Amino acid sequence: MDATFFMNVISAGLLTGLVYGLMALGLSVIFGVMRVVNFAHGDMMVVAMYAAFLLYTKLGIEPVPALPLVAGGLFVVGYLLQRFLINHFLGVTEHIQFLLLLSVAMIITNVVLMVFGPDARNIQLDASFESYSLGFLVLDKVRVIAAFTAGGVAALLWAFFRYTTTGTAIRACADNPVGARVVGLNVEKLYAITFGIGTACVGAAGCLLLLLVDVHPHLSSDYTLLGFIIVILGGLGSLGGALLGGILVGLSEALSGVLIAPSLKSMFSFGLLILVLLLRPQGILGKKP
Amino acid sequence: MTATTPMLTVENLGKSFRGLRAVNQVAFTVPRGDIVALIGPNGAGKTTTFNLIAGALPPSDGRVVLDGEDVTGLGQAAICRAGVGRTFQIVKPFAGLTVEENVMVGALRHDNGDVEKARAASRAILDLLELGDRAKDPAQTLTLPDRKRLEVAKALATRPKLLLLDEVMAGLRPVECDRMVAILTGLNKETGLTILLIEHVMRAVMALSHHVVVLHHGEKIAEGTPAEVTSHPKVLECYLGEDHG
Amino acid sequence: MTALLQDRRAVLLLGLLAILALAPLAAGDYMLSILITVLLQAYLGMSWNVMMGFAGQFSLGHALYVGLGAYAGGALFVHYGTPPWIGAFAGMAVSAAVGAVIGTLGFRFKVMGVYFALLTIAFAEFTRVLFDHWGWVGASSGLFLPPAANNSPDNLWLLRGSTTMFYYVALAMTAAAFWFCRALLMRRIGYYWQAIREDQDAADALGIDVFRNKMIAVLISAAMTSLGGVFLAFFNNNLYPESIFSMHRSIELMLGTIIGGIGTLFGPILGAVVLTALGEGLTILGAHIGIDGVKQIAYGICLMLILVLKPGGLWPWLRKLLRLEGDAR
Repeated sequence: MDATFFMNVISAGLLTGLVYGLMALGLSVIFGVMRVVNFAHGDMMVVAMYAAFLLYTKLGIEPVPALPLVAGGLFVVGYLLQRFLINHFLGVTEHIQFLLLLSVAMIITNVVLMVFGPDARNIQLDASFESYSLGFLVLDKVRVIAAFTAGGVAALLWAFFRYTTTGTAIRACADNPVGARVVGLNVEKLYAITFGIGTACVGAAGCLLLLLVDVHPHLSSDYTLLGFIIVILGGLGSLGGALLGGILVGLSEALSGVLIAPSLKSMFSFGLLILVLLLRPQGILGKKP
Repeated sequence: MTATTPMLTVENLGKSFRGLRAVNQVAFTVPRGDIVALIGPNGAGKTTTFNLIAGALPPSDGRVVLDGEDVTGLGQAAICRAGVGRTFQIVKPFAGLTVEENVMVGALRHDNGDVEKARAASRAILDLLELGDRAKDPAQTLTLPDRKRLEVAKALATRPKLLLLDEVMAGLRPVECDRMVAILTGLNKETGLTILLIEHVMRAVMALSHHVVVLHHGEKIAEGTPAEVTSHPKVLECYLGEDHG
Repeated sequence: MTALLQDRRAVLLLGLLAILALAPLAAGDYMLSILITVLLQAYLGMSWNVMMGFAGQFSLGHALYVGLGAYAGGALFVHYGTPPWIGAFAGMAVSAAVGAVIGTLGFRFKVMGVYFALLTIAFAEFTRVLFDHWGWVGASSGLFLPPAANNSPDNLWLLRGSTTMFYYVALAMTAAAFWFCRALLMRRIGYYWQAIREDQDAADALGIDVFRNKMIAVLISAAMTSLGGVFLAFFNNNLYPESIFSMHRSIELMLGTIIGGIGTLFGPILGAVVLTALGEGLTILGAHIGIDGVKQIAYGICLMLILVLKPGGLWPWLRKLLRLEGDAR
């Protein structure tokens, strides 16, 4: 194991981490605005991956061009879910919310299981076999594409919250829902849009992750947990934090995979989570409550 | 402790929040068996002072001496055990428990945690505060004035030497307010309970307190009998322009 | 009047206990094993309820204690022939110790609500991966308890025997847990827990040692849960970290209690009955329709309906229906 090998592992972990970060971004946005912990997050991720899988195998649309379609579709799902179900549960205690989203997750996972069966699926693009060489670094082409697209989507999201009226209104809701209502904002609609954006992020991340890994229905709870680890690491409600957390988890997975044992990699993520919860519960980039 | 030891002595108490000075060099004493009122315009630092005395916040500097014993920075639970019962300005009932159980929680520290004795104590206190007929109702069904009374009942159940009341008259109708004044005066006379209260309702302050301390911008600007402070030029100055007059 | 209402509850309870005690006379092994599932679910739900329902501390990683109990009892039996009732002490001690670590860290560092729940998941998952790589307990290929020889008499001391024996053990454990929870709730500590659950700051202001009382809840809950784990190990005879420590188990464990009514005494029992009945009913339905996932989907929909219609749980609603008012629990 020489330095070149490590540099390659690190860069691969970094690139995958950006896609993880985009997935966690969705979780973070929803929590940051509505204080709802979306326990169906990983299930939506799996749905997105299967959608991208179908679009490619049935219609020949590659995951990156399919991204707007899948993200759009999941936006609608998230919007409706918030509008007609979750909105009624905003004030209630955590465990009830948790159970509600869990039942949503249960339904999604099993519908996916019914439709696609339990086997792992993947797609092979021409790009899957290509790579870029940068000096001693060899980067998989799909990984680079996925990472850059993830970064691009995150940048769009940032611009949306920063520069659009709707984005600003959503931030106002997050800061002070009562105040937002008082000045005449349609909080319900903004919440629904936020939930939609959150799930759309997952949709985008799902398309990109399909370039890198196989999909099967039981990945959902792993992705939900992974999403939590990432947002807690980076700081719930912080956009940059989610990306940073994603990169850290991507790196820790890649490194522990080659240094110790692939099956132990999640232990390091959980260990990291425990440390952050205790030492900096607001996350690395999160603000103190 | 001799009879002349003050129930509470506050020495040079101060609290800063991120550089912002909320309470500065506040000092006063509450003699045993007295009723003392802490008044001042909004934002004067009254509730912060309360929280410092009750241990809900650690003071940045100064000392809190209860009945001759230094309790500075002990923490709320320990200070309660040392004999301070407090109410919260924003009421904090145990919403899912009944009114009776709310008060029992305060009483259970005594009599070796005997539940039936605590229940009896709770009933007696609730009767005193005219909440007896609501004893079996969930606390979340109480109206705000009743919740204020429940706050007082819970604090009394801990058998305090010193009772801290944070705006328990607010929101009460004049008749209810007079009842509360009568109850508190009665407690003070019969059991010698020492009371320190924050109050905006001046008619209650006038009727209840033997001594008044006035805070403004986190500092003590005057103290004396109710009559003295209301004619004090500095007090008039800080209240003029405000709506409390 | 109050005495009469109390009596009605007692009558209901004793009647239920009598029916359950006589059940093996009428029920076959399959029915009994379903009843064991109900009892175990109720037992574990009650254990979780001590921490969450009574003291308000949200644990999402209770599978951790099930697993620790199961592995302590199972591994000691497999390696040294230690009787489960002795092994249970080890399991309960280990679980309480781990609970103490999580509780101390969580409460001292002020990790609360969802964050505390995530901390408990993290510990459970961490332990799962650890056991996956620990050879002494069989690692990921599992630990197997030697089954009793055919037709050997029931051995209660070693917990080897018939379904009927396991049924009575489960019934005894559940009844004992119910009695224990009731006793806790009626004592000072029960009132303190509920006060902390409702408003920690207000409880603190009444002189309650919040940290100490929360810790006691965690320790009791962890120890009770791990005893359920010991039973599970000896009933199933096989243990895999993947399944025993899984988040699904943690979820399953609390589901019944939330459905039945969190913080109530009957809630966990009612919830266990409803969920098992629902599960069995849907399995039959699923077999008729012939599609695999239907059961889980219908289960999810039912869960959602209960949450929408009765967010406080079924027991508080049923109690009103049966006019068993008087006490809120």
